[in-house]
Amino acid sequence: MITQPYITNYLSEHYADDAYRELSGYEARGGFEGLRKAVQMEPADLVELVKSSGLRGRGGAGFSTGLKWSFMPSGNDRPKLFVCNADESEPGSFKDRLIMERGPHQMLEGILIGAWAVGASKTYIYIRGEYKVPTRRVEQAVKELYERGYLGQKILGKKGFDHDIVVHSGAGAYICGEETGLLESLEGKKGQPRKKPPFPAQYGAFGLPTTVNNVETFAHVPFIVARGLDWFLAIGTEKSPGTTLFGVSGQVERPGLFELPLGTPLGEIIDHAGGVRGGRALKGVIPGGMSMPILLPEDLDVRMAEEFLSERGTHLGTGGIMVMDETTCMVRVAAVTSYFFRDESCGQCTQCREGTGWIHKICERVEAGRGSPADLELLDDLPGLMEGQTICAFADAAAWPIQGLLRHFRADFEAHIAAQRCPFPESFEL
Amino acid sequence: MSPETQRKIEALFPRYPEKRGALLPAIYLVQAEKGYVGPQDARALAELFGLEPVDVWEVLTFYNMFYTSAQGRHHVYVCTNLPCSLRGARTLLKELESHLGIRCGQTTPDGRVTLAHEECLGSCGTAPVMRVDGEYVENLDLSEAKRVVDSLE
Ligand SMILES: Cc1cc2nc3c(=O)[nH]c(=O)nc-3n(C[C@H](O)[C@H](O)[C@H](O)COP(=O)(O)O)c2cc1C
Ligand code: SF4
Ligand code: FES
Repeated sequence: MITQPYITNYLSEHYADDAYRELSGYEARGGFEGLRKAVQMEPADLVELVKSSGLRGRGGAGFSTGLKWSFMPSGNDRPKLFVCNADESEPGSFKDRLIMERGPHQMLEGILIGAWAVGASKTYIYIRGEYKVPTRRVEQAVKELYERGYLGQKILGKKGFDHDIVVHSGAGAYICGEETGLLESLEGKKGQPRKKPPFPAQYGAFGLPTTVNNVETFAHVPFIVARGLDWFLAIGTEKSPGTTLFGVSGQVERPGLFELPLGTPLGEIIDHAGGVRGGRALKGVIPGGMSMPILLPEDLDVRMAEEFLSERGTHLGTGGIMVMDETTCMVRVAAVTSYFFRDESCGQCTQCREGTGWIHKICERVEAGRGSPADLELLDDLPGLMEGQTICAFADAAAWPIQGLLRHFRADFEAHIAAQRCPFPESFEL
Repeated sequence: MSPETQRKIEALFPRYPEKRGALLPAIYLVQAEKGYVGPQDARALAELFGLEPVDVWEVLTFYNMFYTSAQGRHHVYVCTNLPCSLRGARTLLKELESHLGIRCGQTTPDGRVTLAHEECLGSCGTAPVMRVDGEYVENLDLSEAKRVVDSLE
């Protein structure tokens, strides 16, 4: 449906062009120059190049891609795997879908460059089950690569460069986006995250050394290799180079995607989306997908990169910006958010399983006008009991947004408890 | 499980270092036959994969896109996560409930439509959105949603 972001940059420059989805069209617009350059390099130098580029993972955690690649064991005594995380399920995020629909070969070229760098012989692309169209596009693109010798044996005539790609569908579970939940799911099991260590680079899918990267992370790699470090480092901020596909959703005039350099001020991105709908005032903004704490109107000056957002008590996450106008009931926001995390907890850890359930019940009770001051105290305490106590970061992701809402919109909760009803008649319906 | 489905499943085994890797794709193939995977199918899958039936059942019930009982002929799933809700998804879902005369999570008595809600579909830029028999219908408004639902046979 969305064929192109409202604002394009190097990733999305050709997304409006149907030919770009096909290998010939991609090659005609510079595609696979990166891979051709990469195979002229020593793998170790290539890892070093990606490290020096400062590329940070676009899946939510912002970890250095080059550093992650350097964790893979050297030598070939065991096959090494890549996994492309295309589970994109963080509410507010819809960028990986666009990449797969409009520029699937960017992601695939990035995978092949990475495979050469770390010596991986196979990649599993784990695409969320609901993404039927993106899955078809990626399968089609993979087929083209086999036909043209970019996959299989002796890629680009290089002895020892063999690679296969398998496209694998998920089946509707947010937790399979967490990298070790994904690995379990890929093995045909419930997507319950693993205790770490061991980390995937030592013990990944099927026990083999594995690197997991996000769709968008892979898509940046060919540009870095083809155009060079100086070019890449000039875009974005010193600590967070490059662009990203910011998604703006919620109560704005023109929701959609905007490819902008990291470090672009939040307010500027919302202006690109036409500002708050109907000329209303802004009440709050979630900057990086549902897991990230909310910001206030006075935070619109914040530059959208992790180093600046963390100073404001939140994170870049997936760059999914959700805008809420002055009519919004923040207790409803808390109820919707906590329902999601309750529903999606994998249930292994008591703090997470029970905590998400309690938080949701309390938020619903307060919203319905049956809350008490004791409920609010409980809500203050619960997130702290979950954060950092569990097998995976899901529990943190469930706790942070509630902490953020209480920090900035406590008055909304208190007003519900005092009036014993929701005092925001014009808010979105629950 | 038909012999053809079994053949398709066996063809997937070499894609994974251990054949269990093919279990999710295999469940999709079995589900495509009749719309759900019942206890008997789970036993057949277990046998094919050298697993215990409970191993298969556990997987089946973990994932939202697998069904262990018959569903309506058509699936209408409305996204109710925050970005969609902020653009009226829950109002729309309620209207569809009364239009179809069923509650969210139910199937119409004639077995035509199962109505349910879903979490974020990765379509927040074109919210509200619903998934109808697996296909996305985006930028919805109420009359469009009703029209789509009514067009289902
Ligand atoms: C609960 C949870 C859900 C996640 N979902 C996704 C996801 O859908 N897609 C994704 O790429 N990363 C997701 N991640 C992050 C992954 O664990 C992992 O960090 C990422 O795929 C690594 O890729 P990157 O370094 O290229 O960003 C999730 C993490 C958590 C804790
Ligand atoms: S924190 Fe929650 S989602 Fe993560 S492993 Fe524990 S129970 Fe599962
Ligand atoms: S919230 Fe509905 S598609 Fe994201």
